[in-house]
Amino acid sequence: MSAIFRFELNGRPAEVSAEPMARVLDVLRRDLGLTGSKEGCGEGECGACTVMVNGAAVCACLVPVFQVEGARTTTIEGLAPSGELTELQRVFAIEGGAQCGACTPGMIMTIRALLDRHPKPTRDQVREHVSGTLCRCTGYERIFRAVEVLTGQREAEGAPAKVHGK
Amino acid sequence: MTLSFTPRTLAEAHAALARGAVKVAGATDLMVVDHASGRSHNAVVDLLGIRELRGIEVIDGRLAMGACSTFTDIRGSELVARHAPLLRDAAATIGAAQIQNRATLGGNIANASPAGDSLPALLALGASIVVSGPRGRRTIAYDVFHPAYRSTVLELDELIERVLIPLPTPSIQIFRKIGAREAQAISKVVVAFSANARASALADVRLSMGSIAATPIRLPPVEALIGSEPLSSALAERAAVLVEASITPIDDIRSTAGYRRHVAGQVVRRILLNLLVQP
Repeated sequence: MSAIFRFELNGRPAEVSAEPMARVLDVLRRDLGLTGSKEGCGEGECGACTVMVNGAAVCACLVPVFQVEGARTTTIEGLAPSGELTELQRVFAIEGGAQCGACTPGMIMTIRALLDRHPKPTRDQVREHVSGTLCRCTGYERIFRAVEVLTGQREAEGAPAKVHGK
Repeated sequence: MTLSFTPRTLAEAHAALARGAVKVAGATDLMVVDHASGRSHNAVVDLLGIRELRGIEVIDGRLAMGACSTFTDIRGSELVARHAPLLRDAAATIGAAQIQNRATLGGNIANASPAGDSLPALLALGASIVVSGPRGRRTIAYDVFHPAYRSTVLELDELIERVLIPLPTPSIQIFRKIGAREAQAISKVVVAFSANARASALADVRLSMGSIAATPIRLPPVEALIGSEPLSSALAERAAVLVEASITPIDDIRSTAGYRRHVAGQVVRRILLNLLVQP
């Protein structure tokens, strides 16, 4: 039997009718049409579905919807509600922190949660914090650079991509 | 159809347990199994909203940790850092940030995996577990909490309220985890060691391991050997041999019995050799 669950989603009230043990990830993608959060492994290993619940990074595939009743949830869609990218997203694009994009929403949310607590994290702090958000493209180096540019710990290098065939 | 309860008090939670509700805390194991198996529950009860199950404090000479303390809570607690650095170090190796933000100490205990990383730490710290349900409350020594593989002495209508660690805790506390990689790995071998330094020999030695038996276990013969004479490299070698002889790990997807037995002995050897250099 479905029940009604109410919570704050990206700054606005949300209401869904769902099974209590439905995964927040499925509620977001299927019931609420927010497909920014990706499903990678479905068992909390890859971090692609990372969202914030009451400010903490969590895997949306591991949270049953009845436990977010009344909670403040933020997804990748909530970072740039007006369509204008946030500085974190922009620096990811410019510094090459995003490549294939599969991990990117989860990576951005993972790092957003860290920056909210530690505005100027050390590289080791970033490394440890993203250890549960897997990226197979970048080797993480450009992700770390993007964070360090954003936090003023490194000079911007600008778009690294070369235009081929010209 | 699943009925859900979101109690705010212990009494309300007990009422839900009396109706057969399945306990849900951080859900980091439960959700994986549910989703993979397609199973559903008649009723579920959320434990995260119950104030009595949160908080880390010192009460009556014990470090008392609410069962719904997350591993992030444990890592961030000054009291845990001061009294139980062994548990703090274990918490830091459990999954990554997203898991530590949700997974709870009580959940790790109730889930009863032989690879649960906080469990050897609790054995080495002499923990006891306060459980309660609609029929009352009892305190159980953690040493006897897991009678067999993936089981606990918890009744279906009982929940874990808090974990107690007697103070003062041992002055030497060491945690080692061997996994496939440094971050976010399920352990091949976990070792927790505690003792008090004395002039003659180590005293109050507790040595426990995970992932090498059906349940997390202590190794009393090795503990007795380590405490029997002054620390020396010869003692470290003999302890390693006795560890290898004392455990019967299995081959599984993460490791082999032979590797586990060898590494378990070497981890203990190295712990003792390190203590010899910097006590």
